[in-house]
Amino acid sequence: MSAGTPRSLASSGQKSIQDICHPLSAEESALSRSPDVLNPSGAGEKDLSLPNGTPVDTSSPASSSSLLNRLQLDDDLDGETRDLFVTVDDPKKHVSTMETYITYRVCTKTTRTEFDLPEYSVRRRYQDFDWLRNKLEESQPTHLIPPLPEKFVMKGVVDRFSEEFVETRRKALDKFLKRVADHPVLSFNEHFNAFLSAKDLNKRQGLALLTKMGESVKYVTGGYKLRGRPIEFAAMGDYLDVFTQKLGTIDRIAQRIIKEQSEFLMELREYGPVYSSWSSFEEELHDPLEGVAGCVSNCSSALDELTEDMSEDFLPVLREYVLYIESMKNVLKKRDQVQAEYETKLEAVVFREDKKTPVPTDVEKCQDRVECFNADLKADWDRWQNNKRQDFRQLLTGMADKNIQYYEKCLAAWESLIPLLQDKQEARGETN
Amino acid sequence: MADSGSEDIAVIGNTDLTPSESENNLKNTMVEKGTSLLKRMEISVAEAEKRTGKNAVNMQETYTVYLIETRPVDAASEGTNPVPDSLWRRYSEFELLRNYLLVTYPFVVVPPLPEKRAEFVWHKLSADNMDPDFVERRRVGLENFLLRVASHPVLSSDKIFYSFLTEENGWKETVFETGFQAKADSRLKALNATFRVKNPDKRFAEMKHYGDELQSVISQLLRVRAVGENKVSTAENAAQSIRKSPFSPTKRAADRLYGVYKVHGNYGRVFSEWSAIEKEMGDGLQSAGHHMDAYAASVDDILEEEEHYADQLKEYLFYADALRAVCRKHELTQYELEMAAQDLTSKKQQREELATGTVRTFSLKGMTSKLFGQETPEQREAKLKMLETQIEEGEELVKERNEECDEFVKSAWVDIERFKEQKDHDLREALISYAIMQISMCKKGIQVWNNAKECFSKM
Repeated sequence: MSAGTPRSLASSGQKSIQDICHPLSAEESALSRSPDVLNPSGAGEKDLSLPNGTPVDTSSPASSSSLLNRLQLDDDLDGETRDLFVTVDDPKKHVSTMETYITYRVCTKTTRTEFDLPEYSVRRRYQDFDWLRNKLEESQPTHLIPPLPEKFVMKGVVDRFSEEFVETRRKALDKFLKRVADHPVLSFNEHFNAFLSAKDLNKRQGLALLTKMGESVKYVTGGYKLRGRPIEFAAMGDYLDVFTQKLGTIDRIAQRIIKEQSEFLMELREYGPVYSSWSSFEEELHDPLEGVAGCVSNCSSALDELTEDMSEDFLPVLREYVLYIESMKNVLKKRDQVQAEYETKLEAVVFREDKKTPVPTDVEKCQDRVECFNADLKADWDRWQNNKRQDFRQLLTGMADKNIQYYEKCLAAWESLIPLLQDKQEARGETN
Repeated sequence: MADSGSEDIAVIGNTDLTPSESENNLKNTMVEKGTSLLKRMEISVAEAEKRTGKNAVNMQETYTVYLIETRPVDAASEGTNPVPDSLWRRYSEFELLRNYLLVTYPFVVVPPLPEKRAEFVWHKLSADNMDPDFVERRRVGLENFLLRVASHPVLSSDKIFYSFLTEENGWKETVFETGFQAKADSRLKALNATFRVKNPDKRFAEMKHYGDELQSVISQLLRVRAVGENKVSTAENAAQSIRKSPFSPTKRAADRLYGVYKVHGNYGRVFSEWSAIEKEMGDGLQSAGHHMDAYAASVDDILEEEEHYADQLKEYLFYADALRAVCRKHELTQYELEMAAQDLTSKKQQREELATGTVRTFSLKGMTSKLFGQETPEQREAKLKMLETQIEEGEELVKERNEECDEFVKSAWVDIERFKEQKDHDLREALISYAIMQISMCKKGIQVWNNAKECFSKM
């Protein structure tokens, strides 16, 4: 099987860009489809909603948003039901003489014929994910490859084996594979296939069929000047610049809030026990004061949970998007380079007649490359925009949910205190 | 208790109480307890004003005066609303009144005044004596003081107190005419002296200890909220730290809470900026941003209400001091009794020695008489006679002091019991309103975040 021939994709090479009807480009019309088509049996536990405006059912907020995280419903716009499901779970620590590391279980369920078996379960470590991503970037340079969580962690600052760190990483790796699995081109990449199914990833060998001329574009570094960037790609670049900025600001705000909340928590932890020691030398006020101490303690725990959740769930997703944007900017640069190469070669042909000028077919190939790149990129951009919208809707709704849960816990604590505080009063009032 | 600005309805079980209603409840409780004064007269500290004038050393100074209004109770209920009688007093006059009461009724736990200078302030802004928030809270505190005195079974019938409320001019002179100053000075000296009582009254010792602990714990509460420094272990340290500067380098809990809320306002701005580059997401982001702004703004009300709670605690912090003063006074009374009794015993012993000629105890006289010869019979007679008179006087003194002591113990204990009941009631009410305030804060938080969530879900 040739590398990456998708069932319904546009990298055809010969048609001009106007003739290419890219299935992914029909964003708005696809969104109005009925919801029923998209609930594949495998997902089955809950009703999921679509990015067509139907809001997520958040009556039980915690469970539905975490479930969404796991299933990552995507808008499969080409009309096919999903036939490839991937999850990352079950982190385990491995200790060998040379090193200690974590592996994750990668489970695949699929009906695709490109896979020999319908189910796979393999163990992979971060290195393997990194290898996969590099291979994808190499072999599919015209596409946006989702980001991985940060590779390096400062030893001594972050505990690589702490539960929180491993869980955060697992979620990010899970998201990464799901995004690849949902991509109409990337999901058919043979390296992805190998990653999911091979017992041992022999990373050094690599797979034979790699860079066919029609498929991949050699990355040309520098040397070509770009004449005019098409407006839509310039707009993409501008958008990404502003968006990165805003994400950075949001990250800083979130961090600041977490810091203030942590320090407030510290004060609360000093404050509550004072009521306890007060109650120790009071008679009638003993129970009310103990009650208040208990309440403050409950609120402290609730605040602790909120702060932890924000650190573990909110910040990593923001940072992931910043990485995503970085890689997207790189792809835009590559596109510029491809276009520049084409323009330069075209110019040479037009203005020169000697032997040194490139052969017209060479120029045609360049033109093809440009058109393919543009088409792929545009399709991926639209898909990315939709995913981004969903992701952020989920992220921000999740943030709101966590805060609501925090206040609800505190409310319950204080409300249950009121009858305790009033109790003796009524009894005394009656005896009077 | 003092009123608060919030109009929120608080739900306690089946009853709905607004803050002004609970204030009325307190006033009604005071009236029901039935001092004749409050049955006749409505008292309030209605306003505060700034004045400038020359002080004792002929220098310009700015000070605040407070308007005390009194109105006969019947008039209000008849439906006519006559202009109340009123006069202006400054803080120092309140202090004078209180000092007079302290000296004149040493067995009473005298209600405290609001603090002179702004210490233990939670909210950043009310730190200055001239600051309108501080003045307002002081006005409320002074009114509370007057109501407490007016509802006290003993203090309410005091004439000086009555004229404080009704006679603007010449009141100061009237107070000084009572001669309480002299008593005040000697009382102060005695209280500050260190002395030990041989047979301390267990109940009073316990009460004093309670006062110490109460003061310590409340100042811890106020300082964790306001200063957050090292914990206070003894009452003396507590008193000292009360006088320390409130601006500690350690950040306060209230500051932190303020920070948490206010930083959320930054979300408002960045969401707005972000929405500018978005198509479908723009509206949702923009409106969510507005809710974040509302959330940030809500902290000001919250902190104001917490300040109110702090004021309630502060009153009892200072009440603890008054309680300890009564116990200390009792100690003094007991000590003086013991001194008189001791003196009497020693005089009686001297008489016995002189009469029987035996020297039981070592004395300089005894030694000198041994060394320099015995006294003449006439000298001994004279001495005996003198001793007899002294013993008579001494017995009178002991009897007097005994009665004093008993009287003091009786009346002080009555007032202490009254104080205990009042304290239990008031602090319970304070805790209830604190809980209600927390509930209201949580409900507002839930509402704001639900609004924001709705906006996010429409993104």
